[in-house]
Amino acid sequence: MAISTFTPPAPDHLPAVTRRARPEMSVTAKVIVYVFLSVAAAGALSPLVWTIFNSLKPSIEVYGEPLELLSKNASLANYINALSDPVFLRYTINSIVVAVAQVVGNVVLSAMAGYALAKLEFPGRRIIFGAVLATFMIPGLMLFVPQFVTVASLGMVNTYPGIILPGLVSSFSIFIMRQFMLATPTELMEAARLDGAGEIRIFLTIAFPLATPALATVGIISFMASWNNLLWPLVVAQTQEMFTLPIFLAFQAQAQTVPDYGLMLAGSVVMIAPIVTLFVCFQRFFIAGIATTGIK
Amino acid sequence: MTAAVATAPPARPAAPPKRSRGAFGDRRRRQSVAGLALVAPFLVSFLIFNLWPIIWSLIMAVTDMTNRDLRSPFAVEFKGLANFGQVLSDPQFGKALGVTGILVIGGIPLSLIVGMTLAVLLNTGIQRLRTFFRAAFYVPVVTSLVAIAVVWKFLFAADGLINTLLATVGVDGPTWINEPAPAIAMLLLLIVWRSSGMAMILFLAGLQAIPVELHEAAKVDGATAWRRIRSITIPLMRPTILLVSVLMSVGLVQVFEEPFVLTRGGPLKWTTTAALHIYDLFGFGQYSLAAASSYILFLVIGAMAIIQFRMLRPKV
Repeated sequence: MAISTFTPPAPDHLPAVTRRARPEMSVTAKVIVYVFLSVAAAGALSPLVWTIFNSLKPSIEVYGEPLELLSKNASLANYINALSDPVFLRYTINSIVVAVAQVVGNVVLSAMAGYALAKLEFPGRRIIFGAVLATFMIPGLMLFVPQFVTVASLGMVNTYPGIILPGLVSSFSIFIMRQFMLATPTELMEAARLDGAGEIRIFLTIAFPLATPALATVGIISFMASWNNLLWPLVVAQTQEMFTLPIFLAFQAQAQTVPDYGLMLAGSVVMIAPIVTLFVCFQRFFIAGIATTGIK
Repeated sequence: MTAAVATAPPARPAAPPKRSRGAFGDRRRRQSVAGLALVAPFLVSFLIFNLWPIIWSLIMAVTDMTNRDLRSPFAVEFKGLANFGQVLSDPQFGKALGVTGILVIGGIPLSLIVGMTLAVLLNTGIQRLRTFFRAAFYVPVVTSLVAIAVVWKFLFAADGLINTLLATVGVDGPTWINEPAPAIAMLLLLIVWRSSGMAMILFLAGLQAIPVELHEAAKVDGATAWRRIRSITIPLMRPTILLVSVLMSVGLVQVFEEPFVLTRGGPLKWTTTAALHIYDLFGFGQYSLAAASSYILFLVIGAMAIIQFRMLRPKV
């Protein structure tokens, strides 16, 4: 999947043509391909670019001149207003608390379960892996009502644990970790066992550090899932002080009264920016996570 | 699974340290304890937040549970399959299924075509900017749906960017969120904008597995580019197309956030999808009806997967 823009020099001892290059396209064909790709890329990115530029405009100008990209009055005022608004700040903090807890939970707990399922013999292993696969296939929509009833019976409605715990370790994370752990050499663990290391110590000092790429994939995918999640926090949070950013934005968008456009657009950028930044820096982990199982 | 088996004695016929059976049994016991300890957190979470709710949803689907029963959940009354009858005879649920159907039937082919076109273009052998384009097409997949739905609302406002652009070419744009067909079109555009990137990535992986020689041979025989796509690429990509369309339909049947944020199901419930309908039932405290509706939707998802497998399975 990795794409290098240069062709590595062919080793001398191999025939000249080891990997056949594609036949060169004609210049016209190339131009057509590039024009098409550029139009599509503009289509994919323009809503985001529009959002960033408009979030810099004063509220009253957002609907004034839709075609004008950069306003004369451009400033960071919307962001300063948003972040100095205690209510908005509270939603942001809630989103961060939930995301951090779920990322840590997913990374640590899925590494534990993934290692055990891949490398240890224990009673019930097959059944437990079956449970992982089964949860994987249940549509989320099937579960939210009975999950809410469960959370309610535990007295966790409108609390952080109520929002966080059902997503603390997803079967998707465990699946990624197990697949990765299966590919790590068992010899390393065997050697440590012969040296008398305990099982838990082998996991902590050998398997866990070796799994760094999978840990990164799980961490990034679960951050994205948590940060972008609307339905579950919406179901559990009942009062404003428990709302997360997506709930705030959704309610702002639904409001019948004229909303604060500047705040909404700044809020949207605050929602989008962390994920897009992570994506630009760590593309391969996103694609590794999504291409293996194709989960959005 | 096989890895653990491979370490059993036959792998090392003459292992130097002589280990007694007792030590071996001790080792298995330690592995069992460690294994169970390591999966314990998942197991607890699975039992409380997955298995127990599934049992609950079965109970809810055949009883008359509402939000008033939260405090004493065992006081509910058995209703058998009456909930399913009530849901199926509710015209609102029928309409919601219809709206969902429009989005699925419109959204999947459009996203597949856009995704496939982009993947084919990226796979033509171009080098420059390839990584940039791939990333650009994928960015919509990772952006927050809620945030982008908010943006969509601005773009499709009566005097927003889209209508301003339409006006420059002399078209009088509709008030998108107040008319049924434009509202659905606006949702479809959002769905295609967001899901084409995933299709593109999976298609690209599939395309890269097709040997270049096949295309070269066809080219030597005088096949045009379009002919080669039709006769080589598409047939060899059948399994990938099947995978992507099943994945997308499972997601689209449950589409919730787009209409929730953008139109709140309006105008006159013309964008109320099945998922939004279920959420509203939940909001009104009709837990049993919501559970029964979810089961019906689950059956729809299963039926659609089977139909797609039949339509797209490799022709022998």
